[in-house]
Amino acid sequence: MAERTVIEAVRATMHAEMRRDDSIIVLGEDVGSRGGVFLATDGLIDEFGESRVIDTPLAESSICGVALGAAVNGMRPIAEIQFADFVWPAINQLVGEASKVRYGTNGVKTAPMTVRVPYGGGVRGGLYHSQSIEVLFAHTPGLSVVAPATPYDAKGLLASAIRSEDPVIVLEHKRTYRLVKGDVPDEDYTIPIGKAEIKRPGTDLTIFTYGLMLHYALQAAEMAAESGIDVEVLDLRTLRPLDADGIAESASRTGKALIVQEDTPAVSISSEVAAIIGERCFFDLDGPITRLGPPELPPMPFSPLQEAAFMPSPEKILAAITKLAEI
Amino acid sequence: MSATANIPTNSNQFSGEQLSGERLLELYRTMVLSRYLDERVWLLNRQGKAAIAASAQGHEATQVACIEATDPSKDHYLIYYRQFAAMIALGTEPEEMLRGFLAKESDPMSAARQFPLHGAHPRVDLFNFSNVIATQLPQAAGVALADKLKGSDAVTIVYFGDGASSQGDTHEAMNFAGVHKLPVIFFCENNRYAISVPIEKQMGVESVASRAVGYGFPGVQVDGTDVNAVHEVTKAAVERARAGDGPTLIEASVERLLPHTTDDDHTRYRSAEDIAQMSERDPLLILSALLKRRDLLTDTEDEEIHSAAKKRVNVATDTVDAEPYPGTETMFDHVIEGSGNGGNS
Repeated sequence: MAERTVIEAVRATMHAEMRRDDSIIVLGEDVGSRGGVFLATDGLIDEFGESRVIDTPLAESSICGVALGAAVNGMRPIAEIQFADFVWPAINQLVGEASKVRYGTNGVKTAPMTVRVPYGGGVRGGLYHSQSIEVLFAHTPGLSVVAPATPYDAKGLLASAIRSEDPVIVLEHKRTYRLVKGDVPDEDYTIPIGKAEIKRPGTDLTIFTYGLMLHYALQAAEMAAESGIDVEVLDLRTLRPLDADGIAESASRTGKALIVQEDTPAVSISSEVAAIIGERCFFDLDGPITRLGPPELPPMPFSPLQEAAFMPSPEKILAAITKLAEI
Repeated sequence: MSATANIPTNSNQFSGEQLSGERLLELYRTMVLSRYLDERVWLLNRQGKAAIAASAQGHEATQVACIEATDPSKDHYLIYYRQFAAMIALGTEPEEMLRGFLAKESDPMSAARQFPLHGAHPRVDLFNFSNVIATQLPQAAGVALADKLKGSDAVTIVYFGDGASSQGDTHEAMNFAGVHKLPVIFFCENNRYAISVPIEKQMGVESVASRAVGYGFPGVQVDGTDVNAVHEVTKAAVERARAGDGPTLIEASVERLLPHTTDDDHTRYRSAEDIAQMSERDPLLILSALLKRRDLLTDTEDEEIHSAAKKRVNVATDTVDAEPYPGTETMFDHVIEGSGNGGNS
């Protein structure tokens, strides 16, 4: 057991998986000698060489299209999109193509590919290095979408993604890469795709969240505890398929639901979580299903005061907790 | 030889190998069968039984001659929707293709989830996931990359039309394949129309093949009605790919004898003169004439080939027409691993 950052867990997992399985290749922009702009692939080219760690041309559609083609021909590619904001040219190959390979061939072909996508804001990234892009993928049958927030979950979910027989989008929040540390066992383990986890048990209300917001929610829960409010924090971890049973169990038990996300709320993950709770827990609730997210603006201003105003924060979450708990 | 190679290159783009009389006759039989099947699905469309069909009429020689130069036991084929003749040449039975057109449960490509000829074939490694034009080109580069990593000498052949040549994915795929010298053949069937948009409104250069120079591999134009020429250029490209020398872009000029699909009317955008002239480039008539000139085919034998193809298509139509549509119980299968039979997808 060692304490690692999220980025260290991601890197170590790819190392271990590539040693375990020769069919795993890594491809993306600057993933070779540069080791990726976040150093997620640092050292991979030294151990596995240029044939398995491929510096691609700057062209996201072909990164994902080539990964898809290699996947249907016996490889297990891990494609890296440098920033989530740059994934849009590849949407056609992911949402349009990869998601439908198994269904559109009635199971004759499958696409065991992983796409790692660093996402999220609070890093002075402005409009094009801050985006949360999960909704379009999470809307797509045939794709799985995971969003680990801790080093432990980053290892277990990335390993599950790589070993999946189907395409998995792995969302890694950039701000957690070096900010968040935690114990990660050296031995092999996986975390099942589709299972949420209660990161902090509580009785008065549940915060449903994922990514960087998990950590802000945990901070807010500690602050609320000082006022005698016992907050449960449920980490969704997988955004498709959502763990509807786990969500409903917690909401029914605490009776109050606060959904916190960094993405803009309209037609989003929080919309879906709210719908699940509304459909399954209506008679168990003793307060309105409440959502906290940023304003409906293009994410997110570069200017520091405006960026801070855009992002949810522990203080904003605490205010929402207090308001909901008083009902 | 009617093919022309107008792109300077160091490689030998024409293998010089001529098809035997026996093989020419076999290709002709495949082309005739493809033509009857093609005509049949248009009839089935007009009868209300086939919801949609594109046509390979005019493209048959190109398709069968290209396949003839490859090895279906190990090569990979990323086809597009206009490839009746290629599919027959690869061993797909007329029944199997009709099952797609009539959306029957037994459709081997996708169990009728997709448009006809889309999906993947369980016996031959041919697939066609999408209706989105040119997405198959980067995928083909990936298939070829996997073969290179595995040390296989398999070649990947990816087909597309002139319309697809405008897509960004085409550029990205050729660029990637050029960088990695992948064993892939980019095979463009240029019929000069992207539905209704003529070639002069699609590109500012004379040929699709001329773009290959921008990717560092040879591009070659060939008369797509000439089976010997298409076979020769494809053979050279296959040898080049198998030897590890990288991709080739082949542009075969063909005629699209029918409208884009059963939902199109080409009289809205093609002149009567243009349409009338097309039949001079009908590859069946061209190959039939060649075979007769070389005393490989008599008029009687030609009639027998046509009669046999028609009978074959009639039998297939009767068989498939009687088969059931898929029920709703299988529609949940194969979304992701473990999905189906009502399972969570």
